[in-house]
Amino acid sequence: MAAPVFKNPVIRWIDHRLPMFSYLHHEAYEYPTPKNLNYWWNFGSLAGFMLIIMIVTGLVLAMQYTPHVDYAFNSVERIMRDVNWGWLLRYLHMNGASMFFLVVYIHIFRGLYFGSYKAPRELLWQLGVLIYLLMMATAFMGYVLPWGQMSFWGTTVITNLFSAVPWIGDSIVTLLWGGFSVDNPTLNRLFVLHFLLPFVIVAVVLMHIVALHRFGSNNPLGIDTKGPQDTIPFHPYYTVKDMFGLGIFLIFYAFWVFWAPNALGDPVNYEVANPLSTPEHIVPEWYYLPFYAILRSIPDKLLGVVAMFASILILFVLPWLDRSPVRSGTFRPVFKWFFWLLIFDCVILMFCGKYPPEAYWMPFDFQIVDADTFTDRVAELRGVSPDEAMNAVGEMWGVNAASGSFGIKIVRLGQLGTLYYFAYFLIVLPLLSIFERPRQVPVSISKPVLGGGQSVAHATAKSMEKA
Amino acid sequence: MADTTHGGSASGTRRDFMNLLVNSVAAFGAAAVAWPIISSLNPSQDVLALSSTEVDISQIEVGRAITVKWRGKPVFIRHRTPQEIKAAEDVNLGNLRDPQPDSARVEKPEWLIVVGICTHLGCVPQGQKPSEPRGQFGGWFCPCHGSEYDTSGRIRRGPAPTNLVVPQYTFESDTLVKIG
Repeated sequence: MAAPVFKNPVIRWIDHRLPMFSYLHHEAYEYPTPKNLNYWWNFGSLAGFMLIIMIVTGLVLAMQYTPHVDYAFNSVERIMRDVNWGWLLRYLHMNGASMFFLVVYIHIFRGLYFGSYKAPRELLWQLGVLIYLLMMATAFMGYVLPWGQMSFWGTTVITNLFSAVPWIGDSIVTLLWGGFSVDNPTLNRLFVLHFLLPFVIVAVVLMHIVALHRFGSNNPLGIDTKGPQDTIPFHPYYTVKDMFGLGIFLIFYAFWVFWAPNALGDPVNYEVANPLSTPEHIVPEWYYLPFYAILRSIPDKLLGVVAMFASILILFVLPWLDRSPVRSGTFRPVFKWFFWLLIFDCVILMFCGKYPPEAYWMPFDFQIVDADTFTDRVAELRGVSPDEAMNAVGEMWGVNAASGSFGIKIVRLGQLGTLYYFAYFLIVLPLLSIFERPRQVPVSISKPVLGGGQSVAHATAKSMEKA
Repeated sequence: MADTTHGGSASGTRRDFMNLLVNSVAAFGAAAVAWPIISSLNPSQDVLALSSTEVDISQIEVGRAITVKWRGKPVFIRHRTPQEIKAAEDVNLGNLRDPQPDSARVEKPEWLIVVGICTHLGCVPQGQKPSEPRGQFGGWFCPCHGSEYDTSGRIRRGPAPTNLVVPQYTFESDTLVKIG
């Protein structure tokens, strides 16, 4: 494309010496984008928007916060009560974390469904996974700062994960803490890192965008753009579409901030940290729950930690596990089912992470009950003594089928979920690459639309008949 | 432009109107976000709550002065001698850089209360203790750039542009003054 000619002589003078305006024009204005992107493609820009919101609100919050074990909790309360608009800034930041993760999860699953991780976008995908890892680390460190009970014990549990490392585990944990328990040195270093990492994320996001613009966006058909007839300029078409999506998203975000600001958090974190007393249930924020469930599914300390980290690291090698040449799930009749099952699986894992592992879920009774209550229920339903019921529950691998009632131990459900999670990546995708027969993909993005004025859906239906 | 056919007038098209509308909403939204962020940097409620200080002045002898902290700043409270009061009142206002009669700067002539911050660049002038230099006019002397103040805290010589600031204060009783 030809270099743009700027009317403003000052801009022209600068651009001749530092071509940033040409660069922006090229990458954000005329940047050729597939013309068939649907609304699932809005979430990348939404994630970028949330990153900016988190940095801006975080910056002003950090100006009011005191990273010291004796003052941290009160300084956060001071932000809520005394700082002008402090409540708004903190709620924007707190709920912003949830919104950021939600948007990124949708962005990730979009990539999983439409095969955005496949060649030539492997590195783009891996940079995305790296951003996600950095986000998880940043969010975890941020959660420590209010120095509530859940901050303290969450930090204790998560840092203790590293004690599972053979031989040097305890030394690593002491190093992380800067002491022999989570204390002031820990809070100080986590605050510093919580401030630093977002800017590292910005750097990786820029690389993510450079890698994206190398081959351009994937699209719902998962086929390459074949020329100008398949693309439209980024501005105004996708800027406007992104803005519209942003408007809708902001309404959703504002709902949480203004009407349910604490709904996504744990009330226990409004109690000041007490190193001498652990809360009854330590539950992470919702966006960590599936991984927490995976951690608890494995009865071995080291293997549990390995499984948890592996569940994310496996995404790095995903482009080489799924060898199917067809990118978009739209043309993969079998893949689709397993994909939706994976989403369902992640919801189940979230659910399992939320509740105590030894509890029982009774889906037909819409109840989650503790082990004793469940045993009583079994005894009652089967008409046996409590002792017999206890034996039966033990033998039954946690599952009980008495007429009209059914229960499964949360940890067992989590194990099933964990099993499918890894099977999806390690067994299902490689096997589908061999055995699945994809539908015929359209020749080009514009062909089915321009040829006879048919919609894409019609075109694919036709190719199905041929196949 | 094709849009002009859709009911556009000479002054603008429907699209111009839409652009104006959308940009206005965006500008309003940006301002609404910027407002709380900038506002949060202003003094918070707990800082504002500390904006007055009560001082017991019964122990200050004639000719002595004390320094108290008000809003994080030093405030000079000086129990002036009759000579100092007379010197302050007898000054020819025409000689002053920032003309102000002494009566406008005190509630009670024997008590001078001023913010102890040089109006030049914010240093704390010397002269509270008898051992410190008070400059040629018997008030205060700022060591940073040599500003000299008289016994009413008015600037007499040096780079400072205005007199030492008189804070808002009231005498709650003969021995108790509330600053702020």
